Amino acid sequence: MTWVTIGRLEDIPLRGARCVDTPEGRIAVFRTADNQVFAMEDSCPHKRGPLSQGIVHGTSVTCPLHNWVISLESGSAQGADVGQVRTMAVRNDNGALLLELTELRVAAE
Amino acid sequence: MTEKLVIIGNGMAPGRMLDELFEKAPGAYDVTIFNAEPRVNYDRIMLSPVLSGEKSYDDIIIHDEAWYERNGVTLLKGARVTEIDRESRTVTAADGRTASYDKLVIATGSSPIIIPVPGHQLPGVLAYRDLDDVERMLEIARNGGRAIVIGGGLLGLEAAYGLKRQGMEVTVIHLMPTIMERQLDPPAAYMLKKALGDRGIDIITKANTKAILGTDKVEGIELDDGRIIPGEMVVMAVGIRPNATLARAAGLTVNRGIVVDDGMATSDPNIYSLGECAEHRGVCYGLVAPLYESARALADRLAGGSAEYQGSVTNTKLKVTGINLFSAGDFAEAPDREEIVLRDAAAGVYKRLVLKDNRIVGTVLYGDTADGSWFFDLMKKGSDVSAMRDTLIFGQSFQGGAPLDPMAAVAALPDDAEICGCNGVCKGKITSTITAKGLTTLNEVRAHTKASASCGNCTGLVEQLMKLTLGDRYNPAAVTPMCDCTDLGHDDVRRLIIAKGLKTIPAVMQELEWKTSCGCAKCRPALNYYLVCDWPDEYADDYQSRFINERVHANIQKDGTYSVVPRMWGGVTSAAELRAIADVVDKFEVPMVKVTGGQRIDLLGIQKEDLPAVWADLGKAGFVSGQAYAKGLRTVKTCVGSDWCRFGTQDSTGLGIRLEKFMWGSWTPAKLKLAVSGCPRNCAEATCKDIGVICVDSGFEIHFAGAAGLEIKGTEVLGQVKTEDEALEYIVALTQMYREQGRYLERIYKWAKRVGLDEIRRQIMDDAEKRKGYFDRFVFSQKFAQVDPWSERVSGKDKHEFKPLVVTGFSEAAE
Repeated sequence: MTWVTIGRLEDIPLRGARCVDTPEGRIAVFRTADNQVFAMEDSCPHKRGPLSQGIVHGTSVTCPLHNWVISLESGSAQGADVGQVRTMAVRNDNGALLLELTELRVAAE
Repeated sequence: MTEKLVIIGNGMAPGRMLDELFEKAPGAYDVTIFNAEPRVNYDRIMLSPVLSGEKSYDDIIIHDEAWYERNGVTLLKGARVTEIDRESRTVTAADGRTASYDKLVIATGSSPIIIPVPGHQLPGVLAYRDLDDVERMLEIARNGGRAIVIGGGLLGLEAAYGLKRQGMEVTVIHLMPTIMERQLDPPAAYMLKKALGDRGIDIITKANTKAILGTDKVEGIELDDGRIIPGEMVVMAVGIRPNATLARAAGLTVNRGIVVDDGMATSDPNIYSLGECAEHRGVCYGLVAPLYESARALADRLAGGSAEYQGSVTNTKLKVTGINLFSAGDFAEAPDREEIVLRDAAAGVYKRLVLKDNRIVGTVLYGDTADGSWFFDLMKKGSDVSAMRDTLIFGQSFQGGAPLDPMAAVAALPDDAEICGCNGVCKGKITSTITAKGLTTLNEVRAHTKASASCGNCTGLVEQLMKLTLGDRYNPAAVTPMCDCTDLGHDDVRRLIIAKGLKTIPAVMQELEWKTSCGCAKCRPALNYYLVCDWPDEYADDYQSRFINERVHANIQKDGTYSVVPRMWGGVTSAAELRAIADVVDKFEVPMVKVTGGQRIDLLGIQKEDLPAVWADLGKAGFVSGQAYAKGLRTVKTCVGSDWCRFGTQDSTGLGIRLEKFMWGSWTPAKLKLAVSGCPRNCAEATCKDIGVICVDSGFEIHFAGAAGLEIKGTEVLGQVKTEDEALEYIVALTQMYREQGRYLERIYKWAKRVGLDEIRRQIMDDAEKRKGYFDRFVFSQKFAQVDPWSERVSGKDKHEFKPLVVTGFSEAAE
């Protein structure tokens, strides 16, 4: 388990997302209207759409490909759709963002 | 034999009387109406919402043309009666039209009082009485400036609010120390004045107008104390005077108004009078509820009955959005009176009941008016309230320990409790009509009972009654809401954005009471479009509310890569352009190059990070974004036209390029594709486009509302014009009309079907002024829209969109 510094809160637009490229794939980091930060794999459980490109509303994001709505908190698909995105912990230390990458050590070895 | 009934005046009172009469005694009379106004019967109470932009004229029509036809009523529009001959029983209008009568109803209404101060005849001095006044106000308001309203009564304040909504600065001049002093006590007047002040309306009390200033139009006013207030418009709202001149000339008894008895008959038994011109037991009424009560009595008389009008107890509500105010009866202090007052400063609530002998004689409610009709009912009936005195002020739901459930409160109302004050409709009438006629929608209930059909303040109560009567069969969502975040439909949201001057997405969500904190992926892009369209110079486009394609100006593909389509004006290209494209394809190893249906070239499979570099290279060759991703102008497809084709009648290529260069960059409710064909052989396939042109020898045939996607539909003809300049003007005006009225994601053919082809033709082809307005607004908004998004991003805009926040793991991994 490693906390990796990924940037600052203001690097991500309000109600928007940025990506972090890691050895285990692309992670989407979201910033909500009330400055909460969430991270998950940048891949919709439906057809692998890039969730980071979706519209962020409340604590959800709508996938740009087929409008699935994914909860940023739990990573699960909302409404009638069923699916799960892997989420990661992300920490906001006075504006500095740290992402927890569990498999980083594996990559480092 | 049918008798002849002639009515002078076509206002709300006689309209209501006829509704009642046709119900009681259908076919009993042959009816002729002389109407000085050139219109059908409309709802005068609703002028304020029309002025503020919250309703349109069509919304406030009570009787449309079909109603007159259906009931066999002869309506003579623009016919001002100048003479009543009681001997021969005929009336004659100024234009010579005449009719004889068996029964005559004089319903000439009232005129606004214009204070004869110096300058009162200047252009720009208006009354607030009919639709003509409202239209003139809107005309002046268009240029902004300050409006001065003389009179701080109900009408004056509603006018002030409406003018403020139309973007004017507003000052109200009021003679008395507090506003609406006839309906409000000083505390409520204070709260109202403060609330209006918060809305930007200045109110000057204890002020008398000395003169209206200006030479050939209004430039301001001067008060008695020497203060001068500059302004472009003066609205006099100081009262009304019954129109009794005609009756007086005919020798009928007239005091202030035309004197009538309890059967509404004048001093001539064959002549009745109704409405604001009539005086009953010494009172001339100016509110609609008593006029409707007397209309009912008169209808009964004309149907052979013997109803007697007993006079009315009235109540008042102010129609200013967001201000709840209710007042009824007499609330002056007196030794034999007691009062109960409830104040909640935090919630902005003030309630006061005035009691005499344990009966309510006056009610003022501010902030929370839910119990207004209940208090009013107790007051009208003179009910003894001593048993519930302690909790009376908390309202009906507190009595007898009933739960605080509005449905229970409505259920507890007696059948004869008045629900709709404007139209005098009681609970029993509403519930029995719902059952008897099988009504299921609010509009049906309004049509059949008139409840909530005027000012609309009782709509909530009527809906609760429908729920109570119909149970689950009542579906209030007759209008499809935009999304789950709101109950409002697209049209209401668009209307309210303008009416309330909402200029940001948070403002829309706050004012229109969105149910979510920041909307959803359905409503945010829609709101963003509406605001871009309505406030092109003021609204800052919210990229986070745009779909990804419009945010990064390329089309997302299934694998997360993007496609790039540069503009090729009118489908025309050159060797240099093609060479530049070829170079980009090589340099970025573009996996797929495809010719599109809109006559241009699509480069597919480009990585997001490469987009700015691709655009930079394309930009050097002169390419700009083709906006192939936009809910906006896409392509203008053309054929080669008269320059090359042996059948071509006009320069279709040239017109296509001109249209594209004029219209590129504009956002529209849904994508907009155009085509121009040089002859009716139609090689550019213009007759299945959103807007198409077919060139002919004599000019240009403009088509619109075609579709060739999910649905296939040939275009409709808008009309034919002679010159290329006209073709451009008409097409641009049509586009702007669609931009202003279309619902987000609604293609032009669906919009056209909804608003009607004839209406569109009327506004674009026949109404030069409307057309010019649309055209000018489009041109204005283009000033802000015609910026190439690609070159902006090449210069560094939205850099964060195109690169990852960080690339991590690799360097750490090496350590």
